Amino acid sequence: MKNLLIVIFLSVFSLGVQGAGSAHPMDHIDMDIRDKESLQKGFALFSNYCFACHSLKYARYERTADDLGIPHNIMEENILSGGAKIGQLMTNSMSTDQAKAWFGSSPPDLTLSARLRGPDWLYNYLRGFYADAKRPYGVNNVIFKDVGMPHVLAGLQGVCAEAPSLGVEPVVDPLSGNIIKSSGCSDYLTEGSLSPAEYDEAIYDLVNFLTYVGEPSRVESEEIGRSVLIFLLFLFIFAYFLNKEYWRDIH
Amino acid sequence: MQKLIKWVDDRLPIVDAFENHMSKYYAPKNFNVWYIFGVLSMLVLVNQLLTGIWLTMSYNPTSEGAFASVEYIMRDVEYGWLLRYLHSTGASAFFLVIYLHMFRGIMYGSYQKPRELIWIFGMTIYLVLMAEGFMGYLLPWGQMSYWGAQVIVNLFGAIPYIGDDLSLWIRGDYLISGVTLNRFFALHVVALPIVILALVVLHILALHTVGSNNPDGIEIKQNKDENGIPLDGIPFHPYYSVHDIVGIVVFLFVFCGVVFFFPEMGGYFLEKPNFEPANPLKTPDHIAPVWYFTPFYAMLRAIPDAFLGVVVMGGAIAILFVLPWLDRSPVKSIRYKGMFSKIALLLLIVSFVILGYLGVVVATPERTLLARILTAVYFGFFILMPWYSKIEKTKPVPKRVTG
Repeated sequence: MKNLLIVIFLSVFSLGVQGAGSAHPMDHIDMDIRDKESLQKGFALFSNYCFACHSLKYARYERTADDLGIPHNIMEENILSGGAKIGQLMTNSMSTDQAKAWFGSSPPDLTLSARLRGPDWLYNYLRGFYADAKRPYGVNNVIFKDVGMPHVLAGLQGVCAEAPSLGVEPVVDPLSGNIIKSSGCSDYLTEGSLSPAEYDEAIYDLVNFLTYVGEPSRVESEEIGRSVLIFLLFLFIFAYFLNKEYWRDIH
Repeated sequence: MQKLIKWVDDRLPIVDAFENHMSKYYAPKNFNVWYIFGVLSMLVLVNQLLTGIWLTMSYNPTSEGAFASVEYIMRDVEYGWLLRYLHSTGASAFFLVIYLHMFRGIMYGSYQKPRELIWIFGMTIYLVLMAEGFMGYLLPWGQMSYWGAQVIVNLFGAIPYIGDDLSLWIRGDYLISGVTLNRFFALHVVALPIVILALVVLHILALHTVGSNNPDGIEIKQNKDENGIPLDGIPFHPYYSVHDIVGIVVFLFVFCGVVFFFPEMGGYFLEKPNFEPANPLKTPDHIAPVWYFTPFYAMLRAIPDAFLGVVVMGGAIAILFVLPWLDRSPVKSIRYKGMFSKIALLLLIVSFVILGYLGVVVATPERTLLARILTAVYFGFFILMPWYSKIEKTKPVPKRVTG
């Protein structure tokens, strides 16, 4: 019987090991949605560069401001567009017909992008643009081949001359100790206003914000969850001894 | 209080009912951990009903509004995220405890005479639960909801002559649409829960008529004391009620761990493509049903012919219903059955679990071959049972229950 249980356990366990079969290797990042400074920077970047085309139509300005610790007046003066009220959903005014004409397909809503694609995908995608004269906007992407989106962040990153290598372990020269090859773009066609390290950090903040907005209840859930589990531990002690007391007279 | 109880009892036999089903229902004293899953499935059923009612208050069952209303529940409804995660995790937990409950029944021969009807009611609950889970999965109206439903309903189209009309009748449209969503909603929140509740009552009434089986497979009613109380029986209340509380707390610890910390369970409880609204014009690369259907889905895919595949898949569930009449063994429990039964049970579990895995991943020729072999193994457990359960040498069953 014991052997049977072990077999069952191992087989169930092996279920979790299935490979996702991802097409391109990617750099891995760990998000920290408790880092409000990072979330605020990410939200600022989003509203300056992404919000013109991409909506967050399931999230509200007010809830986002409250969760990120942004005062309402700052939110109203800087982020709210076109007479929107702070209690409204973060939709935008681009029509799907216009979008189709400009980009070939309408820019998707990004509220749930981090839950759909995963933070790693977003982080690598936004660092995966490179110059490609064959494409309508002059850029292509290593993660999302022939994507319709232009490189909106080119002013920050610059434009990479060739496909950046993503998901590679840094190669260190054994003699000098210098890093001779690392993940990211190695040769820029045009320079951006941020250094590669600063750009990576800005993208981290943006992805961190998108992770938050995908599931704004995450922090609260884990806080309540901890209390619930502690309560159940105490309840277990009582239940265990109650059961023991009753069962003393059996056998 | 006593007066009130008496007043009611004169008009409704509540004292009698309590005694029959709780304080004077004698259960074998040798239950082990496998006997917790019945009460756990009741607990999960109550969880599904309560969270379901509250979710219904904010859900919008239209193809235009369903997806957005789920996100509204997740963001704008007070503790809506908790209600939804309790419900979505509860669905997976329901199938998990039901599968373990069924395994217990098979392991200890709980389906054998005189408990055939309990088994039949239980299997019917399982069947209705599959329909309930399938219809509920359409409601969030995500990509996997939509295409999963499309694939499953199309299965009926494989039936000769009536197939196309049948799947059209189920959908109410030529493809999954708002009409389908509306009727699945009605069935999911009203019709099927009523059926499940009624079947649970029948399941328990039948159980309490013949009494519980136990890990030794001994009828405790054959050894009674002078008062007619089974010597190896103890009152369900308080002994098993306090016993079950311990099991419930342990279960809740794991369950709440998932609800509060890993509600997606790595994409198995909430599949990633379902975070994108249903799009009838864009088929996902890889359509996989939720984990609790994957063993049967693997069998379906393993059979090259569509109609035969549906027959095999339906047969895999249907054959469970006749299990009480396939077992010819003179003993009930696996403890006293022979080597053949032990090997057969092991093979059943191994084939079911690996088929479950194969149903999740993309099919390759090697995997399809493996799925075919395992489908044969799964059916072998049942089809060969009349033979191996009869010829094998069983161990002598003790008169009284052990440990």
